[in-house]
Amino acid sequence: MTEHCVEFIQLEKGFANQRLFEGIDLALPVNAVTALVGASGCGKSTLLQLINGLARPDAGQVKVLGEPIDYQDLPRLRRKMGYAVQGIALFPHLNLFDNISLMARLEHWSQDAITQRIHKLFNFMYLDPALLTRYPHEISGGQAQRVGLCRAMMLDPPLLLLDEAFSAVDPITRVDVHARFQAMQAAEPRSVVLVTHDMQEAAKLADFMVVMDPGIVLQADTPEQIMNHPANAQVARLLEAR
Amino acid sequence: MMFRKIASLIGLLVFSSLIGAQTLTLGSKMDSEGRLLGEIFAQKLEADGFTVRRQLGLGSTSVAYQALLSGDIDLYPEYTGTLALSILNLDSTPPLDQINSHLAPLNLVALPSLGFNNTYAMALKQAQAEALGISRISDLAEHPQLRLGLSHEFVQRNDGWPGLRERYQLPHNPRGIEHGLAYEAINAGRIDITDAYATDGDLDRFNLLLLEDDLNYFPQYLALPLVHSSLPEAAKRSLAELAGRIDEPRMQALNALVSTQQASFAQAADRFLREEGLLTDATEREFSTRKWDRLGINLLQHLQLTLIALGLACVIGLPLAILVYKSRRISRSVLYIAGLLQTIPSIALLALMIPLFGIGFLPAIIALFLYSLLPIVRAAITSLLTVNPLLVQVSQGMGMTRREQLKHILLPLAAPNMLTGIKTAAIINIGTATLAAFIGAGGLGEPIVTGLALNDHTLVLYGAIPAALMAITTELVFELAERRWIPAHMRGIGRQNP
Repeated sequence: MTEHCVEFIQLEKGFANQRLFEGIDLALPVNAVTALVGASGCGKSTLLQLINGLARPDAGQVKVLGEPIDYQDLPRLRRKMGYAVQGIALFPHLNLFDNISLMARLEHWSQDAITQRIHKLFNFMYLDPALLTRYPHEISGGQAQRVGLCRAMMLDPPLLLLDEAFSAVDPITRVDVHARFQAMQAAEPRSVVLVTHDMQEAAKLADFMVVMDPGIVLQADTPEQIMNHPANAQVARLLEAR
Repeated sequence: MMFRKIASLIGLLVFSSLIGAQTLTLGSKMDSEGRLLGEIFAQKLEADGFTVRRQLGLGSTSVAYQALLSGDIDLYPEYTGTLALSILNLDSTPPLDQINSHLAPLNLVALPSLGFNNTYAMALKQAQAEALGISRISDLAEHPQLRLGLSHEFVQRNDGWPGLRERYQLPHNPRGIEHGLAYEAINAGRIDITDAYATDGDLDRFNLLLLEDDLNYFPQYLALPLVHSSLPEAAKRSLAELAGRIDEPRMQALNALVSTQQASFAQAADRFLREEGLLTDATEREFSTRKWDRLGINLLQHLQLTLIALGLACVIGLPLAILVYKSRRISRSVLYIAGLLQTIPSIALLALMIPLFGIGFLPAIIALFLYSLLPIVRAAITSLLTVNPLLVQVSQGMGMTRREQLKHILLPLAAPNMLTGIKTAAIINIGTATLAAFIGAGGLGEPIVTGLALNDHTLVLYGAIPAALMAITTELVFELAERRWIPAHMRGIGRQNP
């Protein structure tokens, strides 16, 4: 295994009438939490979607888990990555059990393996297994976020992508979800790429931080280094604006 | 008993194939006189050893004529005036031999006429005519207050209202009305004058007076068998024996037998042929005395028409929607074409089917299928497009293939609205299928069309009530299906929150 879970090499990406990235080189550490931070529109969500192939580079290369992305067989790659987004987006027509286990069933996991995995995840997330038969509209926002994390981690993927997955709940619930996430990370360390606009959240959860401004990486380092030695005035300003 | 019937039927089939007698298919338009003449032709041919398949009650002149041209039927009763002016587009009605020289290139033959002239006439209440002192059509010009309700065909035809208005300088502005309802409308005082046929059996029943055509506007409408030239000579000879045997009073009496004395077409035809000594077989034949003994068959046909068309529309429409919904341009054009089909009036679409698919079950199924496409495809495309894009993105990001996304996410989420589209199509189909009777496809439209032709409201209800019940039942069945297969919080339109 390489020491990097994701590598961007000479990455270029633009949209219809606007260039976004012009030659980014960036490597994210393996088995650690990386936070992509920056003001909205800086391209952090696009960078995340370049990892799972929802977006494609115009030039350059993206390597995931040591291999260049094979765009002909994205489903296979994506099953090695958990994916959770802002708003969680649980499937409304499936109960929680079916929501969480859907990919495992598509991967032909045994019933026993599925049940075991779900109970382990529910344990970590402090969720009551009695909820499993409920539908998404029957649970609270905080529960839904934790269920979303369970769904993303169901296949025990080496890489987890979280796109603002902790936002949109009240601060107290958020602290709670953070704690469950950290407990999970301690028990099953994995590579996580976390997109957030919240510097505090990034500093609290991340081992490695990438501070972005539209199209460019301002600084990529440990949170400590960035807090104590911001590379320039822009980074300092971003750190203050929470 | 049953066995003997079947055995004799088989015997008859074998016998007829041995002597080379083929089955003739006989049509008629939907009007009462047309059906009666059709039945007379049929029984005459049967008396002379032919096997006759009846395809009575075809929608209009164009439906019956197209069916004859395409070979779906071998003959039907027609009138010289209609032949010359509406079908051949001549300026006047020439003698029969000239008509036949026009028909020859079409492989059609007009046989000698039956004798009576069933021309168009203008009818109004006897009492009103006397009160106003009206007896001729030219008198109408002085009474612009009279309300004209004319049959749709009459309003359109070259030899109908446009020419009549010009010849007599009439100031009236007529309303279109279904002919079968016109006498009732006069009786109820909602209109004053309608177009009528000179031999109409209902004229006496409603105490109607026919105005004299004093400027000789209306052409002759001599009734005759219009046949395909390939009709066996023996059949032509058999029909020619009817020539000159029916004059106007006789025809009016025969028509009245059906419309006011509750005889069936078959009974009236039988009686006429007996009186003329044209039925060699002396035994009294039995005819069903029940008003309508085909309701079960009609119901079954109606179900078949609706279900087969709906099934086809689902089998083709749903995959089509799934195939095109992602491309805005293609799905727009598909919806545009389906919408265009929807704007063609049902009766016109049915008539358009005849040159392509003939008459009967197949063209009706195809027309109903085309009508079902729009609601089904539109609902499917819209419901697929309105699935929350975040859910689609997540399912993609989780690593589902396109097929898995469709199966596990898109289709279940789109299902409630898709089902609504299918239900709409089913209910439209049940209504539209009543029109299938016009092109000989049977169904519940048959008693409705016949009832209209006979001014018989009970008969209309025989078809209309089961059709309405069928529509209500369909609604209920779909509701049950929804309850059975779709979770409570997913039912109804636009309630798909993540």
